[in-house]
Amino acid sequence: MSEQLAINIKGLKKQYRLGQIGGGTLTADLQSWWARMRRKEDPNSKIGSDQRLIGQRFWALNGIDLQVKKGEALGIIGGNGAGKSTMLKILSRITAPTEGSVDIYGRIASMLEVGTGFSPEMTGRENIYMNGAILGMTKAEIDAKMEKIIDFSEVREFIDTPVKRYSSGMYVKLAFSVAAHLDAEIMIMDEVLAVGDMAFQKKCLDKMRDAATVEGKSVLYVSHNMNTIRKLCDRCVVLDKGRVIFDGDVEEAISVYMQSSHLNMSPTVDLTHARRPGYTVGTARMEHICFEESDNCTYAPGKRIPVVFTWRALAHLEDVGVRMLVVNQDGSPVGLTFSEPLKTVDSGEWVESKLYLEFPGLVEGTYMLTISLFQGDYVGNSIILDTLERACAFQIKNDNQTDAVLNWPARAWGAIQFPNITVR
Amino acid sequence: MEMTEKSYHTHLEPKNGWFDIDLKEVWRYRDLIWLFTKRSFILIYKQTILGPAWIILQPLMTTLIYTLVFGGIAGISTDGIPQILFYMGGNAVWGFFAACLNKTASTFTGNAGVFGKVYFPRLVSPISTVLSSAINFFVQLAMFLVFWLYYVVTGQVSPNYIGILLLPVILVYLGLLGLGFGIIISSLTTKYRDLAMLVTFGVQLWMYITPVVYPISTLGEGGLRTVIMLNPVTCAVETFRWAFLGQGSVELLYWGISAVVMAAVVTLGVIVFSKVEKTFMDTV
Repeated sequence: MSEQLAINIKGLKKQYRLGQIGGGTLTADLQSWWARMRRKEDPNSKIGSDQRLIGQRFWALNGIDLQVKKGEALGIIGGNGAGKSTMLKILSRITAPTEGSVDIYGRIASMLEVGTGFSPEMTGRENIYMNGAILGMTKAEIDAKMEKIIDFSEVREFIDTPVKRYSSGMYVKLAFSVAAHLDAEIMIMDEVLAVGDMAFQKKCLDKMRDAATVEGKSVLYVSHNMNTIRKLCDRCVVLDKGRVIFDGDVEEAISVYMQSSHLNMSPTVDLTHARRPGYTVGTARMEHICFEESDNCTYAPGKRIPVVFTWRALAHLEDVGVRMLVVNQDGSPVGLTFSEPLKTVDSGEWVESKLYLEFPGLVEGTYMLTISLFQGDYVGNSIILDTLERACAFQIKNDNQTDAVLNWPARAWGAIQFPNITVR
Repeated sequence: MEMTEKSYHTHLEPKNGWFDIDLKEVWRYRDLIWLFTKRSFILIYKQTILGPAWIILQPLMTTLIYTLVFGGIAGISTDGIPQILFYMGGNAVWGFFAACLNKTASTFTGNAGVFGKVYFPRLVSPISTVLSSAINFFVQLAMFLVFWLYYVVTGQVSPNYIGILLLPVILVYLGLLGLGFGIIISSLTTKYRDLAMLVTFGVQLWMYITPVVYPISTLGEGGLRTVIMLNPVTCAVETFRWAFLGQGSVELLYWGISAVVMAAVVTLGVIVFSKVEKTFMDTV
């Protein structure tokens, strides 16, 4: 494969302003301006909002240097807010960079969304023309590829039916087919493969794989699904807080990402400093969680997991319970478990409880826990006092391989093996 | 290997020049312009009973109402031109300009969904809007010509046939003028939505300072006439009337001024548009 560059990113930065940008209407902006001139409080700012934060800037991308060669399939991973989407937006020319430069050698087909520009009233065929043209194909190019696109989409019988009558699966298949047949030299995809049925997903991955290896196109692929990254990419970068923190081998990148995304496998995890999501009430604060009877949080399937959990009450609280959500490595939830209400606590009191977690049927693998303190109110709803997403991680691993099903494909079969079927 | 031999190179940088519009690129996307134009017709008339007949019915009804209100009740002179022709012609020309302006004014806000997900030269969108307004105009013109032929054959109007050759000039001029104003407004509405309200209202008022329901001759020779003549839409409407209906004030001085205004508006529009198109997704 030639060593020619497809994309050359130098010192790329993108800045966004926090808080409200303008009032949205001219009168509101004039009001705000007039208030500032008289040193009065802005009538359009939220009451009590921190004035220092308004107009504060933050770097979504903070100095990215990256080169992509022709024929390379590059995966881009990173937590939420790491800057993945911002980078793709700049490469796709949807927004301009604040600093730095990007050179793109070749045409770009970007699929930040499947089926952009589809009109429900128009037929499948009309939408192929529409979507193809939006993505940069000429009518002649679309004509030449029409049959291939229809074949790939598997919706030939319905191609002259308005797409509003399509099932969502058919819609997605058609849209992806158009994008997959673009003549561009560089393809940019933002998790578009997370759609359609399994067979079609595989077909799409293969198609993308071919685009890189056979046709010599460059593929940039963003996903939270590590399996598709493994299948598609031969190089991977990890973004964190707007910077590239790793660039190289896919497996290494995934392990770097897992570590950076709070995948903390040490038995004792400090919960005090991690950032909380905005919807928590904040009247309690989790402090530590400590996994016992294992040095590396690894347990045999079906085994009871003892943890010591400490938290502090910041108000007088009754009937507080603990809730734990088991989350897969790729972020999808597996199941939820509740504790019975803990004792009533006074403000400032420090609580240490020993909790026994049981996950019968949970198959081998690494899982994360999203831990919440909640309070059931009288109408049966619950108030979330404190939450930490993916606070800690544990591993289920079998020591003796005899009674476990070998090679459980968790992606296809799920994360739980139910008790065996009884035969009478 | 399905690689095109042509090599494309795109360089992205934060700073952009004053006149940063790649017209060649717009031309590469001409098929998209045409598809957008076609779609605007397909979508308007899907699931309607009368379908495309509405292109004719709307102006026909407007003409009848004008004839009734301005011609009948208010009794405004039409310079001896049959009222139907007078109002229908004026309405078609004005309608073309108003449609260009109104529809391009919502370019950014109306297409935010598509613009946020895929890149194509943003100018494609207002250009296709102007094209579809032009097609609309030609349909109305066809209807106008039917009535016009009847009056010409019966000798009730005496057109300046040579002037009819100016029709393309009038159309290009009005299209550019509407496009220019429209893209300026669309660039401003990404930040201030209330301008959109102002546009609908403003365009309605603008019609009354344009000789659509009255001929320029009713204004005499005072200052009001000068003001109305300085309105850049006036010369287009009057030239159309002069060519097809034989009555109208075509003055080179005002055409010159109007042409300068149009050029300025379009230039300013493209500059503002090219500034806004790169970052509007961050503010919209």
